[in-house]
Amino acid sequence: MNIKYDEVDKLLTCQITEEIDHHTTEKIRRILDDEIERYIPKRMVFDFDKVSFMDSAGIGMILGRYKMIRMLGGSMEMINVNSNVRKIFEMSGIPKIIQIN
Amino acid sequence: MENKVKLELMSKSSNEAFARIAIAAFVSQLDPTIEEIADIKTAVSEAVTNCIIHGYEEKEGLIYITCVINNREVTIEIKDNGIGIENIDMAKEPLYTSKPELERSGMGFTIMESFMDEMKIESIVGMGTKVTMKKVIK
Repeated sequence: MNIKYDEVDKLLTCQITEEIDHHTTEKIRRILDDEIERYIPKRMVFDFDKVSFMDSAGIGMILGRYKMIRMLGGSMEMINVNSNVRKIFEMSGIPKIIQIN
Repeated sequence: MENKVKLELMSKSSNEAFARIAIAAFVSQLDPTIEEIADIKTAVSEAVTNCIIHGYEEKEGLIYITCVINNREVTIEIKDNGIGIENIDMAKEPLYTSKPELERSGMGFTIMESFMDEMKIESIVGMGTKVTMKKVIK
């Protein structure tokens, strides 16, 4: 996972570089929650360019971080979402609350 | 029956990726599209995750997977000897989860049902659960 923080824009960018399932989300969640608490970002961008697989564990992981970011007054968006990953998000209604670019 | 494979794996979360990749590799002999393979991988991943989290409640156990190919039809059976499901209708409800504290979305069965052509759940409380899914590769 590549994480970058831009102090000026208070932007936290997270590029996930592995498949997202129940096994990998436990680690991803732990790392991200630490980063979010450390920086309190105004904006968080998830880059899915390197995610070749995601199951429903990704829904819970994204919604959990979304709630956290919102509670801290920030916003979230997702970029480079491929069609297989998008299909999972669409089933959960996530595109209605989180912007996918 | 034209072809068949059987897998037996420990209920470890690191085996979720192995299970879906192994079944995808077996099904690839039917020359499926990328989307069909993605659908099967996702459905297998959901079912195996259910065995680990719900069936065995993250304790040690064995998961049994059988995949049969008949003409263009793939039948995948995923079974555990875990705690079973008390109310199958409730478990199938979209967004219902018995484990919200684990950030589970409650979309597992909904995804299996919509990504595969058929899905059947058989469960006996205290004995285990078997999910059978079918998909025709076009």
